[in-house]
Amino acid sequence: MAFHRILRSFTALALITAALLTQIAGCSSKDGDTAQPGTSLTLLNVSYDPTRELYKEVNAAFADDYRRKTGIDVRIEQSHGGSGKQARSVIDGLQADVVSLALGYDIDQIAAKASLLPADWQCRLPCNSSPFTSTIVMLVRKGNPRAIRDWGDLTRQGVSVITPNPKTSGGARWNYLAAWAFAQRNGRDPREFLAALYANVAVLDLGARGSTTTFVQRNIGDVLLTWENEAYLALKEFGADRFEVVVPSISVLCETPVAVVDTVAMRHGTRNAAEAYLQFLYTPQAQDIAARHGFRPRDASVAARYADKFAPLVLVGIDSFGGWPQAQARHFAQGGLFDQLYGGR
Amino acid sequence: MAGRRVIPGFGLSLGFTLFYLGLLVLLPLAALVVKASSLGFAGFAQVLGSPQVQAALRVSFVSAAIAALGNGLFGLLLAWVLVRYRFIGRRAIDALVDLPFALPTAVAGIALATLYAPQGWIGQWFARADIQIAYTRAGIVVALTFVGLPFVVRTLQPVLLDLDAEVEQAARSLGASRWQTFSRVILPALVPALITGMTLAFARAAGEYGSVVFIAGNMPGQTEIAPLVIMTRLEQFDYAGATAVGAAMLAVSLLLLLAVNLLQAWTRRKLGGA
Repeated sequence: MAFHRILRSFTALALITAALLTQIAGCSSKDGDTAQPGTSLTLLNVSYDPTRELYKEVNAAFADDYRRKTGIDVRIEQSHGGSGKQARSVIDGLQADVVSLALGYDIDQIAAKASLLPADWQCRLPCNSSPFTSTIVMLVRKGNPRAIRDWGDLTRQGVSVITPNPKTSGGARWNYLAAWAFAQRNGRDPREFLAALYANVAVLDLGARGSTTTFVQRNIGDVLLTWENEAYLALKEFGADRFEVVVPSISVLCETPVAVVDTVAMRHGTRNAAEAYLQFLYTPQAQDIAARHGFRPRDASVAARYADKFAPLVLVGIDSFGGWPQAQARHFAQGGLFDQLYGGR
Repeated sequence: MAGRRVIPGFGLSLGFTLFYLGLLVLLPLAALVVKASSLGFAGFAQVLGSPQVQAALRVSFVSAAIAALGNGLFGLLLAWVLVRYRFIGRRAIDALVDLPFALPTAVAGIALATLYAPQGWIGQWFARADIQIAYTRAGIVVALTFVGLPFVVRTLQPVLLDLDAEVEQAARSLGASRWQTFSRVILPALVPALITGMTLAFARAAGEYGSVVFIAGNMPGQTEIAPLVIMTRLEQFDYAGATAVGAAMLAVSLLLLLAVNLLQAWTRRKLGGA
């Protein structure tokens, strides 16, 4: 008798599940690629850590713009985290219509491991699919008590450096490469220089935001290596009376690319909206928002307007490291040069 | 046979138990082993042979052991006070013990890092003596002690409640000193529960990730815990390497649990005879 009761409840459960599944299927088939004016759709933008504030503002502007042009209500959901972790989530099935990550390498991985977009994704949009760029600068305590002016000062005895772990953080890889570029162009042995630099690192956080917290709120370290936009955000949030930005003589040109995740967007029927969203990032309106959030705009007229905010410096692109696959294999892969700094093989 | 039980349905409940355990525990473990075995023996040995992985495993297990020992000592004290004395606020303190269970580990980690950082409420006093806690191995032990405490207290409490106070009085009236009463009468009754509690605390601490990464400096070879090595391997899309480290942790944990069980059996025999 008890068995029958259990059987009955199982049947009921199965029926409910089936009903729910048809419901979900029904929803997704309704949003065809030809979304009609008056309808609404949702995009998921999977991004890296320090773009939280930027995309909040960009998304609102895009939603207004898109409604005006097409009559379709678009809502954009954001997901943020370490760039590598975000890429892995997409590979493992996070339904991203659009990705905007810290490195091209992470999007390459999505193309290579999950075939969710073509391998030549980076040619689809202007400027290597990177609507804005950033660079790596130094944040020091007010008055710059350790007199830190350039990369060379970071290896001095007793200087405590905060930077995240390049194994887990995209930004940290840029930090590392910027220091490498400085050593190369200043007649120092890059490996020795980086060994000396990382010997001065007090805490290796997992991501850029974690390092900012360690430096700003825990008061640990003399200098924080971080994204230019993150440095400006720290000034804004925690006060320009406590910190100042030091722009080194040379740094890296960080292209932070964006891409539509074709397979997912096709399935969701959101491809048109996703493409319009990414193209919107290149408009003067979005470029202006980006500049205000500390990202270097590509648009020349917007860049001219913010010229005093973004100090000129020598910028080295990832190409001078042979592109991401090569840089990754040589420096950051298991047993690579970074591991060797810590005595690993 | 099943029909004579008070609660019927032995077959059904056993079937469900096995299915449930299989789905929840055995299946993920099997997946772990399968993925790790894709490396082959040479690959497996190479991952585990790397000094960074070995250092991380050492940091995790040694810190967890220190934390478990500390919890054993102070957890016993805490459980004793909570069971044997009646005082104002006892229930509140009793409820506080469960806090490490309830608090999200990341919150605990951030709170501990804030407290023990050189500028923090607690850290500044140590900083004056030139001792740093946050971002060192000491910080890891602090976090692991925090997450493990309830295991010891909650396993000891019911046993202490069952322990008859008259036995102690009898021991005293038969001429045993205070120390003898404690070491020969009370402690033997507590040892099995104490070992169980410490083992649970140890097992939980060895695999702890969320709270530790905020208070450890995460420096490879020094303050990098094994679960973090797993995470960094995953970040590099090295799934097989990550599972290899995971499988190694599992093997070490199983061996230690086995050793503890043997120890349990041995103490029970020894103390049971006394």
